[in-house]
Amino acid sequence: MPLNRREILKIAGCLGLGLACPPMIYELAAKTKRPGDVPASALTAGSWGMAIDIAKCRNRCPDCITACHEEHNVPSFLDSRHQIRWIGSEPFGAVFPGQDHRMLPESLKSLSVPVFCNHCDNPPCVRVCPTGATFKRPDGITMMDYHRCIGCRFCMAGCPYGSRSMNWREPGPAVKKINPNYPLRAAGVVEKCNFCEERLAQGKLPACVAACPQKAMTVGDLADERSEIRRLLSGGLALRRRGELGTGPQVYYLWRG
Amino acid sequence: MKLYDGGKIIAGILIFLILITIPFWYGRIKATALPEPSLATETIDRLEERKCLEDRQYMRNNHAKLLTELKNQVVREGNRIYVAKDGRKHTISLSSGCLGCHSNKSKFCDRCHDGVGAKPNCFSCHHQPKEVR
Repeated sequence: MPLNRREILKIAGCLGLGLACPPMIYELAAKTKRPGDVPASALTAGSWGMAIDIAKCRNRCPDCITACHEEHNVPSFLDSRHQIRWIGSEPFGAVFPGQDHRMLPESLKSLSVPVFCNHCDNPPCVRVCPTGATFKRPDGITMMDYHRCIGCRFCMAGCPYGSRSMNWREPGPAVKKINPNYPLRAAGVVEKCNFCEERLAQGKLPACVAACPQKAMTVGDLADERSEIRRLLSGGLALRRRGELGTGPQVYYLWRG
Repeated sequence: MKLYDGGKIIAGILIFLILITIPFWYGRIKATALPEPSLATETIDRLEERKCLEDRQYMRNNHAKLLTELKNQVVREGNRIYVAKDGRKHTISLSSGCLGCHSNKSKFCDRCHDGVGAKPNCFSCHHQPKEVR
């Protein structure tokens, strides 16, 4: 049957309408989705960030590391190749290679700085993860879904901060005292700092922040102009780890010496 | 068209069909009743209304799927409240929520899973509270 002009236009119109349907349906589905039921006691933010006043940091104080690793059942392997690290401590010069020069004051040169996941604005680990196991939450936390991790370690290659560790061995036996309120991980899974997402949901500050005897660490909402962290950041210069890479780290190191 | 040695061929085909379907026949003959999970724990006995997140049949058919959905809801959306179909609200937690009531893992989880040969690996990571009874 030969088509006349009118029929071709009709079919084209129907096709056009059909193509417009999926975006409309997605839009509707997104709107009808029930918003998260978050209890009022939970700590929430538009964009989480952390500021660490390294001048307050007592050199080689392990309190934040111990608190974090005990909270999250992080195993401690003697062999450094198997080491799992959510939060660690590195010399200032290694954390900020660009700031390491021969005029650096001795107090900074000898200082150990806490290092952990920077919860980047533009996280390379999320971009390279082939299964979507690592993802960015709307509130800025770079999260992991351990159920989805296949242990390919692309994220470890992608992360310029070494914030991720692979479970080469079954972690259970290497955990000194198991915290029953947080799951372990399995061998073959990568893990990292989760900004104590589970503690924020209960209205508690992250374990490292709560444990710091010097109150050197501050978490807060970077999207809120009146937050404590914004007040601290507006008070002077803040260093970010390798900001030139464009990852947009959201952990700020302050020096208010 | 004539089929040479038709009897042998048809008999051969029949024997072949019987042999290849042996797993099905064997399963039929040997089929045993599904093991019944035990719902007897102190916490469940103390409940006023003995109801899980959803009704028993739903939980029996869909618990694996539901657990995955709950995991996604907590991890992906940060929403720790499950609203059941009848409107009751539950805080989502495997170790203290699910296993808070079903503290008899060996008689509840394992009994069925062993019976059907399913090997979920929940407890290679998740904490397993000390069994009651």
